[in-house]
Amino acid sequence: MAKYVARRLIQVAVTLVVFQTLLFVILDAQPGDITNLYLMNPKVTPEARDMIRANLGLDRPPLERYVQWMRNALTGNLGVSFMHWPRSVVDVVLERAPRTIFLFVSAQLLSFTIGFVLGKQLAWRRGTPFEYGNTIIGVLFYTVFTPWFGLMMLIIFGLWLKILPVGKFLDPMLWRQSQYSDVTANTVFYGLIATGLLIGLITAVLLIATRNVIGKKQRNLRAAGLAVLGVVAVVAWALSGIGVLALDMLHHMVLPLIVYTLVTYAGSMLLMRNTMLETLGEDYVMAAKAKGLSDKVVRDRHAARNALLPVLTFLVINLPFALSGGIITESVFSWEGMGLTLLQAVQNEDIPLAMGALSVIGILALIAHLVADVMYAFLDPRIRYE
Amino acid sequence: MTTQGLIAPVTEPLWRIRLRLAWRGLTANWRLFKENPIGLIGLGIILFFALMALAHPVLMATVWETRVYDPIIGYDDQIAVHPAPPSARHPLGTDPLGRDVLSQLLYSTRSEFALGLLAALVSVVVATAVGAMAAYFGGIIDTIFMRIADVVLMLPFIAVLIVLTALLRFELIHLAIVYGVLVGFGGQTIVVKSQALSIKIKPFIEAARVAGGGHWHIIATHMLPNLLPLAFLYMMLTATNAIFAEAVLSYFGLLNIRMSWGIMLNTARVSGYLLAGPDYFHLIIPAGAAISLLCSAFYLVGRAMDEVVNPRLRKR
Repeated sequence: MAKYVARRLIQVAVTLVVFQTLLFVILDAQPGDITNLYLMNPKVTPEARDMIRANLGLDRPPLERYVQWMRNALTGNLGVSFMHWPRSVVDVVLERAPRTIFLFVSAQLLSFTIGFVLGKQLAWRRGTPFEYGNTIIGVLFYTVFTPWFGLMMLIIFGLWLKILPVGKFLDPMLWRQSQYSDVTANTVFYGLIATGLLIGLITAVLLIATRNVIGKKQRNLRAAGLAVLGVVAVVAWALSGIGVLALDMLHHMVLPLIVYTLVTYAGSMLLMRNTMLETLGEDYVMAAKAKGLSDKVVRDRHAARNALLPVLTFLVINLPFALSGGIITESVFSWEGMGLTLLQAVQNEDIPLAMGALSVIGILALIAHLVADVMYAFLDPRIRYE
Repeated sequence: MTTQGLIAPVTEPLWRIRLRLAWRGLTANWRLFKENPIGLIGLGIILFFALMALAHPVLMATVWETRVYDPIIGYDDQIAVHPAPPSARHPLGTDPLGRDVLSQLLYSTRSEFALGLLAALVSVVVATAVGAMAAYFGGIIDTIFMRIADVVLMLPFIAVLIVLTALLRFELIHLAIVYGVLVGFGGQTIVVKSQALSIKIKPFIEAARVAGGGHWHIIATHMLPNLLPLAFLYMMLTATNAIFAEAVLSYFGLLNIRMSWGIMLNTARVSGYLLAGPDYFHLIIPAGAAISLLCSAFYLVGRAMDEVVNPRLRKR
């Protein structure tokens, strides 16, 4: 397992270098340079423009500039943002990454769970109106024009029903109160991410620990464990003093989360249906049926588990696509994460920030890839002993 | 005493035999496709949009006056306040610049089709060529293309395209080609290659080589035809994604396109009618629904074709 992870890590490092090189080539292939901005300015003489060029190192040969670019990228020096002058790109990006990660990970988990459960049912009830209806609804959500769909949800829930906030990720009035003067939004986000990680870990341990308990007892044990976990988390946040702020953020997250989940769940649902159809044709499923096992056991224990692996592969391949969906969702709901930052940077011609945001989105995709791959190797021994 | 008595001489020209075989394959596939209502629904929607695309030039030539109904430079001076709500004169109302929404909607259909098909075509050509070559030759060619595919696979396309639009002047045709190439070198190559690998070991490839066929002859006449059904399936998915990408980029106002469904939404957004309430829904619902419907139609057809192409999914 360790060997496998090490090999994947090396691959990720190589990919990162290639990715950064690609960014450099894209940027370097552009005609002209930054001094072109001053062409029409009579106060900036050609000599002054040459000086700017020399100061920025733009007059050096491409290879030297490439080495410099890679060195900067590796040491985390992505330049200074034009829009947020004089803040550095890394500073801006680090401030916004947690927001994206939190939204992205929760939506992915939610949509995968929904897709898995529904896809299983679709294959089981093949050819029924239930299948066709669900497929068509799923495809509609999957291919709906996300900005438009987000907008309609915003109009319905935010403007008409007024039960959910319209855009942004917090309520400034709440944060103005004096007792929160030294709390930043990211403190709360880090707390939320840590809580999520802990809950995930403990749930995994709980599921593994109770996997050999049989029948209703298992369900009761798991339910009790999850309930205790939930209560502990809620109490801990209530006592932390910033629970209200966290609640406010979660309230703002409901709408983006729903939209993001709805537009992605069909991918895993439809693939789950297909792989499940393939496993349902296998001999061991017929054997399980012939043995007289109940439909539920055949479906969930024998067929669905074996159908899970290709769906996980799809999840890995689909991650960048899901990140793209995240960019759109963020911009519709003014959720100030990486995607919105990228879009604003491009619209304001803030090239350093745009490049920085793209690198970080690429790195996020890589890390997500790696995590999913390792999970996959953990689930399927054939891969790690290759 | 000659073999003529045993084997009937083939009098039919070769091309007619080939045509008949192709026709038989087509009807067999159509029968499989027809079994699934999902594909038929998708096909119906695509046909509907094709009719819309055809309707625009006809309407412009007969009923609609160019000065008023031109999708880009038209203006209706009979109406005092734009955007005007739907009326008999403008079935879907007018946009903030006084142009007819229905005319814009119909006019854009054509370019969406062109974009989707061009992107799909580019991606299929790239993916089948690269996939077949990688599978047939193996070795270093295979390694290089597969590593490229790995890198491309990890790129969030929308993010990359957004950055590219900041650096280059993007029109519809550029978008179609860039998108097609990205998809072609990415996931699609991997899928086509794995299919090509299973074809490469079939006996007829060996037979062709024994008969003296060159590498390129074998790839072109024996491997590619067997890859086409799969390629066609992926064309549908690429068309979906390309149309979607165009709509997103236009919606954010990043492309140099004069009219498209995304631009229609962008016009509403820039002039502040997005959240203005139900009175201005004619600005956002037709375009948004059109993008969603056309995308889902291509996707549904792709799914139904999946069941035709992939025998393991067929009903037994």
